Amino acid sequence: MKKGSSGVISDLAKTVLIGNRTYALWMFALIAISMLGLNAFSRQLAHGLYTTGMGDEVSWGLYISNFAFLVGMAAAAVMMVIPAYVFKDEEIHKVVIFTELWAVAALVMCLLFVTADIGRPDRLWHMFPVIGVFNWPMSMLTWDVLVLNGYLFLNLYVCGYVLYKKYTGQKLVARHYVPIVFLAIAWAPLIHTITAFLFQGLGARPFWHSGLIAPRFLASAFAAGPAFIILVFKIMEYFKCCTIHKDVIAKIRIIVTVSLLINLLLFGSELFTELYSGSEHSIHLSFLLGLHGNSVLAPWIWSAVVLNIIAAFILLLPARQNPQFLTAACVMIIVGIWVEKGLGFVISGFIPTPLGDFVQYQPTLNELTVCFGILAFGLLIYTALLKIAVPIINGELCHRKNDN
Amino acid sequence: MSTEEQKNLKLENEDQQQPVISRRYFLAGAACVSAATAVSLSPLLNAEEVPSGDDFIQKHYKELNAEEKKEIFAKLEARIDKQYGVSSTISDPPPIDGVEFAYVLNLGRCIGCRKCVYACMEENNQSRSPQKQYIRVLKMKQGTINLETSSHDYPEKEASSEDFFYMPVACQQCREPKCIEVCPVKATWKEKDGIVVVDYNWCIGCRYCEAACPYHARRFNFAKPQIPAEDLNPDMGYLSNRPRYMGVMEKCTFCLHKTRRGEYPACMEVCPTGSRKFGNLRDPESEVRKIIEQERVFVLKQEVGTLPKFYYTFAK
Repeated sequence: MKKGSSGVISDLAKTVLIGNRTYALWMFALIAISMLGLNAFSRQLAHGLYTTGMGDEVSWGLYISNFAFLVGMAAAAVMMVIPAYVFKDEEIHKVVIFTELWAVAALVMCLLFVTADIGRPDRLWHMFPVIGVFNWPMSMLTWDVLVLNGYLFLNLYVCGYVLYKKYTGQKLVARHYVPIVFLAIAWAPLIHTITAFLFQGLGARPFWHSGLIAPRFLASAFAAGPAFIILVFKIMEYFKCCTIHKDVIAKIRIIVTVSLLINLLLFGSELFTELYSGSEHSIHLSFLLGLHGNSVLAPWIWSAVVLNIIAAFILLLPARQNPQFLTAACVMIIVGIWVEKGLGFVISGFIPTPLGDFVQYQPTLNELTVCFGILAFGLLIYTALLKIAVPIINGELCHRKNDN
Repeated sequence: MSTEEQKNLKLENEDQQQPVISRRYFLAGAACVSAATAVSLSPLLNAEEVPSGDDFIQKHYKELNAEEKKEIFAKLEARIDKQYGVSSTISDPPPIDGVEFAYVLNLGRCIGCRKCVYACMEENNQSRSPQKQYIRVLKMKQGTINLETSSHDYPEKEASSEDFFYMPVACQQCREPKCIEVCPVKATWKEKDGIVVVDYNWCIGCRYCEAACPYHARRFNFAKPQIPAEDLNPDMGYLSNRPRYMGVMEKCTFCLHKTRRGEYPACMEVCPTGSRKFGNLRDPESEVRKIIEQERVFVLKQEVGTLPKFYYTFAK
């Protein structure tokens, strides 16, 4: 028995540690950037959040922006799961595990971004139920903690179960994991809805205080998440890790297209309401768009809108059949939605302040380094997980009973 | 060669090299990663504030008994003595039964001199570098109460202009405070006398309350608060003006260490125009109660439903 488990560990370790030159360089770069991020985070811990560009006026910045974006990326993994399990699409079924692993990596990044944003990470235990004080159900933040950790646990379970069974060559027992998969399907929109509620429940911030935020969060997530997955599949095919059926990409593309169009519709609806009425509340949006004095964010948000619109055209035109065009569209969607949701949504809520003070936000180098460090660490985890999952799913890596 | 064959070939190559690669490179790699981690963490050696073991395990204010509070206050006083060379007293006056504090500010009289801003800072031991102020005075154009066109950082010589009126804003001590609803750890709450306080030892620094406040009343210690020893006010309240930590939230407490002893808050004491009135809302004879009943008063941002106990009026 002991021999068996050490065999598993050495199998996994070998799989992760050994790869070709490209893999080694990629992993080295990610580890190096993660280390730089850790270094910047240590500096932040030592000298406080003063090392960031945040202040009492714009009191949440890139950390929470990235958090909001990545919660969406994690939730979007479920969009792949739905056709696989609900409509029993066999081809998609094979690749679902790769998207669920992405949910795991995205959630790890989410939790790291929240930790980076907190002034006193040493007091995080105050939040633990029983030993701390957990302001549930009143605080939306406590709901978010519950649903995010729950979602992480569900995805870890499903991935762990499927991979372990395949690795040991046992048959998958549907009733041991399919109910959990369905639970995760129901859970995914919840994590993003509650993250939206975190913002839209605040009457103090008119820019966030809109019932459209949760649907917009979902629509943008279901565009950006699957767009990222298309890119991942293309990279995996390029490196001949596995073959992804054409239909799979085509189906994901449809999900991306529909979500992107809904997102643009909701964005347009909000734009109209705010700008046509010209009420005092529209000041956040008009400032964001650069219509009310000089705004650092304006060039960003306009580029994001343009990128999303161009991507929508590509996806609607026959050009979508061209792999290069599809790749370009996916990149545009990811960048566009990151800007729209992160910089455009989170930061604009703080400009102007509730007392009408216009204070711009510029992230510092240290803050940017922490962000890149966390993103690199997330990709590091995802690459390592894929490195293990791909050969297991392909049947190349399995438990060798006679070895050792 | 088919993809399958290529893959097999690759695997075979890897298998042959494995023992050599894994042992030498693994150890070297592990050593490199450990060294890099240690170097990355090195800025922690210069940490400006390291919580002690006692600080780390300290319970929520409401769960502390009298004995524990006494010990904590003594510990903090000793620490202040050591750090600043100032002998201080940390008191913890409880809310008085039958008292609910309220504030009335006469905009017809305020000249925007900002004396209240600085008196508040001195009384409450706010950080001087970077400077933290609880009160913000808005210079507003006559004929509008539009916050977005107000000026927040007007130079001193622009005070008491006839073309403007001046509106000081601080914590409104709401009856329905949104800040305490959103706090994930109940580190901020409303006391019996209506004052919203923060437990500086329980706050995790998520700043959700700051996002939820419609009056921009909360202040966060992004940096370690710096106060010159000679400026430290030694008369301290545990829930009000004792020195704060890095990474925690703070706010106006109606100077509870003074007002619960029957004194007036610092901002009112210093006001040269008599624009500020403070008192017990539940006492029918109190000045604030009479003004609220007899004058025409309003609250800021009534539409957000926070029900402030900070009233404004345009009286003579």
